[in-house]
Amino acid sequence: MDRELLLSAKDIEIEFTLRGKVLKAIRKCSLDVYEGETIAIVGESGSGKSVFTKSFLGMLDANGSITGGSITYGGVDISKYKTEKEWMGIRGRKISMVMQDPMTSLNPLKKIGKQIQESIEINQGIKGEEARKKAIEMMEMVGITDAERRANQYPHEFSGGMRQRVVIAIATACHPQILICDEPTTALDVTIQAQILELIRNLQKELNMTVIYITHDLGVVANVADRVAVMYAGQIVEYGTVEEIFYDAWHPYTWALLSSLPQLGVKGEELPTIEGTPPNLFNEVKGDAFAPRNKRALEIDFEKEPPLFEITESHKVKSWYLDPRAPKIEQPEIIQKLRRTK
Amino acid sequence: MSEREKLIELKDVQITFGSGRKKFVAVDDVNFDIYKGETFSLVGESGSGKTTIGRAITRINPVSSGEILFKGQRISGKISKEMDKEVIRKCQMIFQDPMASLNERAKVDYIVSEGLLNFHLYKDEEDRRKKVEDALREVGLLPEFASRFPHEFSGGQRQRIGIARALIMEPEFVVADEPISALDVSIRAQVLNLLNRLKKERGLTYLFIAHDLSVVRFISDRIGVIHRGRIVELAETEELFEHPLHPYTKALQSAVPIPDPQREKKKKLLVYDPSMHDYSVDKPFWKELRPGHFVWANEREMEEYLKQDEENLETV
Repeated sequence: MDRELLLSAKDIEIEFTLRGKVLKAIRKCSLDVYEGETIAIVGESGSGKSVFTKSFLGMLDANGSITGGSITYGGVDISKYKTEKEWMGIRGRKISMVMQDPMTSLNPLKKIGKQIQESIEINQGIKGEEARKKAIEMMEMVGITDAERRANQYPHEFSGGMRQRVVIAIATACHPQILICDEPTTALDVTIQAQILELIRNLQKELNMTVIYITHDLGVVANVADRVAVMYAGQIVEYGTVEEIFYDAWHPYTWALLSSLPQLGVKGEELPTIEGTPPNLFNEVKGDAFAPRNKRALEIDFEKEPPLFEITESHKVKSWYLDPRAPKIEQPEIIQKLRRTK
Repeated sequence: MSEREKLIELKDVQITFGSGRKKFVAVDDVNFDIYKGETFSLVGESGSGKTTIGRAITRINPVSSGEILFKGQRISGKISKEMDKEVIRKCQMIFQDPMASLNERAKVDYIVSEGLLNFHLYKDEEDRRKKVEDALREVGLLPEFASRFPHEFSGGQRQRIGIARALIMEPEFVVADEPISALDVSIRAQVLNLLNRLKKERGLTYLFIAHDLSVVRFISDRIGVIHRGRIVELAETEELFEHPLHPYTKALQSAVPIPDPQREKKKKLLVYDPSMHDYSVDKPFWKELRPGHFVWANEREMEEYLKQDEENLETV
């Protein structure tokens, strides 16, 4: 990889204080983000994928804070930022975010054009008529036809897909280097979903952005991603290129996620499911966090946390299965099948 | 397959909302049958009227013309009180959002047994409690959960409570309205398995409403594709996936994300434009083009669709 390293998160730890108790939401997560690539972070709800990426923008809730590790961006450790003023230099200008639900992320009382204009005025220092023109330009760029007229409408006059386009226009108005899309299509129909993904891809090329997708839909991941990181209980348990993850995964949690997909199910047979629930992060997690739900867990999984094993330079897995001392374990049928159909 | 027993029949059903100038036709010209013991799916985007059809069958929305038959008897429009009661009992519904469909202030015990209470379907208090316990156990919950409130449960468990509530009425027909789209990936498989198991054990018939074709392929026997209140294509699952005829079905299929990076990155996205149909002279109608495979189109289009399909076969 000779591409330029944009952002590097190292051993990030994030804690939330809830009613006097401490919840360790992120337990030593590291991620390198390169220029122009598309990364997908997958995992079930509560795995910490949103919290992890929100920390890149200083958008953690008031009761949460980064307690360890560093986020290096532009030569500075931004995890040490304290004031809103410092964050404003990053948020929206260098790194921006598209939220999941287009119904709630727009202000219902403000005209669409004004909302885009606002973001341009704050972040680019252009004012008035000029900013308005720029806003309409942005609307055309994200595929809203008749932008001049629609800029004067309110969010309720827009459909879900159109609203998501507006949110994307706001997020990309300042040509950020990194765009984080937090489940950008879960609230949308499949046909609209495909269009929005296409739009993000085109914008990415045009503006030369890096895109980080947060999603639980592995179909979307297969469509958009260059690299995939799988998160479980506040840790990245496996990461690699999209092909390595889909055709040659090695973490039992990645296996479970892939095999529970109805798309890969055989009709008339039971779908493999993931039994149990993720660990309670208020408590100390011992060993491999996924072990209690893993039917083929090794003894050591309950005792000691596995390190990251390297399979290839780009593919790393946090599982004892790859230790040379571990008993030989075959990948499940479904992973082998995926590889064969490749 | 005419020997199979038809459980639900829809004949020229039209459903409208409002009246006069504000009249809105939500569903029009809908014709299909649901056989006993099968899973029939309706697929379409939001606002296409798929939920409205489900609600019409369970008598929540009235039908403005046409009729719906349940076991050969009409259940739409004005019917006798006994018939009404029977339909409410035998046709149950599972809702999309388990966070919104349960009464936050009632205990699970009451939520699950509300139907029993309304229809006095229990002998005594002990019998009622036993029925609740059985229903909970059947959906994989513990009987102790009866004394808890909905907020104490996760999304997947709440959906199970919703299923238990439907099951306790001993229905023959269940309308499952997007039962898994609000759930997390790891939970989806569990709920799908549960629905499939109940179908086998209890001989249930499902009307499965979804917008995601990939899930539908796994669970259903037959699929109807609905667009703007009209069913545009209906066929057995594999037939529909192998030989889609209507352009809208093709567009839907191309939009489904496949969990396979190489195929997914190669695929071409088809866009459906309803203005491609010229129905000004040549009027469209509902016809069985192949056995069990219906399409809504006019004469000229039907010929075209069949020709395209044959060409596709040759290239494959």
